[in-house]
Amino acid sequence: MSAAKGRPAKGTGKRLNIGAVRSSFAPWNDPAATPLVRFQGVTKRFGDQTAVNDVSLDIYPGEFFALLGPSGCGKTTLMRMLAGFETPNAGTITLAGQDLAGIPPHQRPVNMMFQSYALFPHLTVEQNIAFGLKQEGLPKAEIAARVVEMLELVKLRPFARRKPDQLSGGQKQRVALARAVARKPQMLLLDEPLAALDKKLREETQFELMDLQVELGMTFLIVTHDQEEAMVMADRIAVMREGEIAQIGRPEEVYETPANRYVAEFLGDVNLFEARVSAIEHPMARLTAAGAPDGFYVLDDDCPPAGTAVNLAVRPEKMRISLEPPPAGTHNVLSGEIWDIGYTGDWTNYIVELPGEKLIRVARANASRIVERPIGWDDKVFVTFADDAGVVLTS
Amino acid sequence: MRRGPSPFNLVSLTVGFAFLYLPILLLVVWSFNASKLVTVWGGFSTKWYGTLFHNDQLMAAAWVTLRVGLISATLATILGTLAAVALTRHGRFRGRTLFSGMSYAPLVMPEVIMGLSLLLLFVALKIDRGFLTVTLAHTTLTMAYVAVVVQSRLATFDKALEEAAQDLGCTPTRAFWQITLPNIFPAILAGWMLAFTLSLDDLVIASFTSGPGATTLPMRIYSQVRLGVSPEINAVCTLLIGIVAVGVICWSIGTKWRARAVPAQ
Repeated sequence: MSAAKGRPAKGTGKRLNIGAVRSSFAPWNDPAATPLVRFQGVTKRFGDQTAVNDVSLDIYPGEFFALLGPSGCGKTTLMRMLAGFETPNAGTITLAGQDLAGIPPHQRPVNMMFQSYALFPHLTVEQNIAFGLKQEGLPKAEIAARVVEMLELVKLRPFARRKPDQLSGGQKQRVALARAVARKPQMLLLDEPLAALDKKLREETQFELMDLQVELGMTFLIVTHDQEEAMVMADRIAVMREGEIAQIGRPEEVYETPANRYVAEFLGDVNLFEARVSAIEHPMARLTAAGAPDGFYVLDDDCPPAGTAVNLAVRPEKMRISLEPPPAGTHNVLSGEIWDIGYTGDWTNYIVELPGEKLIRVARANASRIVERPIGWDDKVFVTFADDAGVVLTS
Repeated sequence: MRRGPSPFNLVSLTVGFAFLYLPILLLVVWSFNASKLVTVWGGFSTKWYGTLFHNDQLMAAAWVTLRVGLISATLATILGTLAAVALTRHGRFRGRTLFSGMSYAPLVMPEVIMGLSLLLLFVALKIDRGFLTVTLAHTTLTMAYVAVVVQSRLATFDKALEEAAQDLGCTPTRAFWQITLPNIFPAILAGWMLAFTLSLDDLVIASFTSGPGATTLPMRIYSQVRLGVSPEINAVCTLLIGIVAVGVICWSIGTKWRARAVPAQ
């Protein structure tokens, strides 16, 4: 099932339901699908530093793919190798079946949106957008028509004659975007495209980028250190760590079933319990852990045999907190004292101290405005979580 | 906080400016002296400016200086810009330190030593001293200044701009011509003007490397002054000051106008 993301019908006035398109889009599960970009065993060293280490990765046509990781994890280097600004020391990169080795940046059918936007300061908005089209030697009338089309796409028609210095941050970002897609590249590379925008604008732009990607039917590769940005926009995320890929998957896969501790801790908050597998009772497993007198009772997915030391990862929002003891027979019960409370309006984060001075974080949505007996500092509380809330991690 | 300058500041400002500009002002005033005697005021006159244009020796020297200045400044600008690009854009290459040291050496090298060494070189190569040798010597001297000015601009120039141009289909060479050059052009122009001014007023290196028929204006002025200061010399110096002043004023108006055309963020 390789459902391509459809283009929206123009002029219908109806917004495309991206969610519906998205959920049926999974070419990476289809053995017959051919990837647009293939990284195979790619390694890049700068002096004695290895920036990218033996990375293999497929990106499919129409995909919105995110490279996510902290700064210095090699994600930008990986993108720059695809654009042609860095040469890999080992491995191959192919685009639509063509080996990119030796092809200089100006001959690659990809375009990049730079983190600094890199707008040409001496050219106007329209000259900036026309720049790439002029290099192709297109007829003047065609260039002019395409520039107008691009200006309308990013809603900057009235600003055509301005210089980059006379634009706001959000407008500059849109010019950079229009300039990069004007040549209709096979793939658009976005290097931290929203990093320079303020929070509100960033959220709006995330949705605009998603709409734009579907509208253009273009493959997007985005580099970001912001997990929320990657989760909202991308079809798949590659979480990177020190030049290697820690996990690739849909946003909900990497969040809900992290492959290892690194991914679990990098994406959102997580409570990790050092535990030992005591028995496998398929489909469940029992774990023993310090601080949990009755042990844990969790799903045995990917659970190693009894006796193995593991980490149990449980997200704060999947834990329930209460002042009343849970009914007898409830699994996964922890008790402790409130150590700290962080109120953010929509959520309240409780830091609970378990016996043995272990601190865990429990998040609760503030669903009602008035609570009869709010949980306060130094209260004795009970924390429980469902049998399927935890993930057993071996690495 | 007190507004305005304190009496102490006012005095030091006046004394400072007087120290700098009083001699120049005197020179300008004496150039309008009707008397031939430099120390006696004989009334206002512009006659020395008239005779100046009939002094063939001075006019010939001025013409030499102008040509040397234009050619050497242009050559120095090209070479200095290339050196600056090589030093900022090509990261680490073999002999980079040596190259940068050698390009900047003329900045700190005493002019006498530079003049002497160039003289020795020209003699060794059996090149007749004259217009060519002065021009070459001035190119060597001023190239370093151009390189410094252009390099400081390139250092703050976002390299992503060149990459973006390449990404949009430019070869590296085209990217340089279409994107880098227009953006660093003010610095290149400033470098050219600096080189031209340096060449215009250089006496030491010109004395070493010049030959018959290629006497520059500073050399001519210096040799005439040794025979006594004539009002004509005052007039020619006043003209030189005028040219430099007009250049500086044009430049600052130009930069202000540019700054206004591009409002600050």
